Amino acid sequence: MTGLHVRKLVTVVCETSLERRVLETLREAGASGYTMSDVRGGGARGERGGDWEGGRSVEIKVLCDEGTAQRLVDALIDRYSADYALALWVADVTVARPSKFT
Amino acid sequence: MIDPVVLFFLLGVFARVLRSDLRVPEPLYDALSIYLLVALGLKGGAELSSALAPSLAGQALLAVAMGCVLPLLAFALLRHLGRLDRSNAAAIAAHYGSVSVVTFAAGLTYLSSRGIASEPTMPLFVALLEVPGLLVGVMLARMGRGRSDGAARVGLGPILRDALVGKSVVLLIGGLLAGALLGPDGLAPVKPFFGDLFKGALCLFMLELGLIAGGQLGALRQAGPFLAAFALLVPPVFGAIGAGFGWLMGLSHGGIALMATLAASASYIAAPAAMRMSVPEANPALSISIVLGVTFPFNLLAGIPLYERMAARIAGSA
Repeated sequence: MTGLHVRKLVTVVCETSLERRVLETLREAGASGYTMSDVRGGGARGERGGDWEGGRSVEIKVLCDEGTAQRLVDALIDRYSADYALALWVADVTVARPSKFT
Repeated sequence: MIDPVVLFFLLGVFARVLRSDLRVPEPLYDALSIYLLVALGLKGGAELSSALAPSLAGQALLAVAMGCVLPLLAFALLRHLGRLDRSNAAAIAAHYGSVSVVTFAAGLTYLSSRGIASEPTMPLFVALLEVPGLLVGVMLARMGRGRSDGAARVGLGPILRDALVGKSVVLLIGGLLAGALLGPDGLAPVKPFFGDLFKGALCLFMLELGLIAGGQLGALRQAGPFLAAFALLVPPVFGAIGAGFGWLMGLSHGGIALMATLAASASYIAAPAAMRMSVPEANPALSISIVLGVTFPFNLLAGIPLYERMAARIAGSA
């Protein structure tokens, strides 16, 4: 039977203008991979309907260990939270192959 | 004669204001914008192969000069008359310094429906005019702050690079080159798609722009009366300046009208993206709401016919 291990799932929702820089931050923090999708939503910076270039948002999910999650969250909040549409949260999840998610 | 392009824009605005569930899917919007850019480039390129103006380099320089002058003028107005802070003034100036390809396309169809020809090099000037306004805007925003607080901001280099390899420049210039290489004969097989269907595609795109513009009307209240007046008065003034540059460039009646249209237009794709990267502290809702809620509709409904009349006077063929 495969053992189960706890890892962090960091979910970042942000305006698409941040996409490239969030991915750079992710690499700096040492994350080994990510999954991204286009999303729609609304919040403190208005409705982001996703219909044209200026109103699009992405959701980026990262599975990683706790140290990477902390570095990633710190860097994103420090650099981008003041001026950009950005929401992020961290959850505990269970994975079967922990070495895949550093 | 009412233009179908205008009607579809209005339909989009009404649909949004009435809270219709109408929504143009994102992939269709993307496909239409690619189609319009390629079609504009090809159209210019096909004619380019037959008649290349010897004065093209001088004309291109004048176009770039116009692209630098307009944002400086807008910035001065916003700072001194509007008392806006430096970041917001610079960001809005970048929007008004850069250009809107769709406004250009609307101007082109307006002219062609009246049988007024224009220079095939016009799409080249569109591509050239998109970039300087963005760079001037970023520089204006920078002048007021130290070098230390740049962690989250992107410099001029990446902005220039992004603008030059951006979708609109790549497709416009690519289409121009392809059209010039292929010539009218080589383009014949794709003409039904890129030529005959152009106006219909533009109508659908305008429907979506109407939906977006309608959604910006609420945000206009936040922008306030000064910015709303700015967005309404700048197009005719900048249009007149653009017509002057068109005359300096030695363009025809149609060419002058299109230069005026370009000068009067404000970017709503390249500029917001560049400003979010380089001047993130500027409020994007301010510029977008006036560009799409006021300036774009004004140009479409009243501006383009006005610029055509201006051009007719200047070209002496009224």
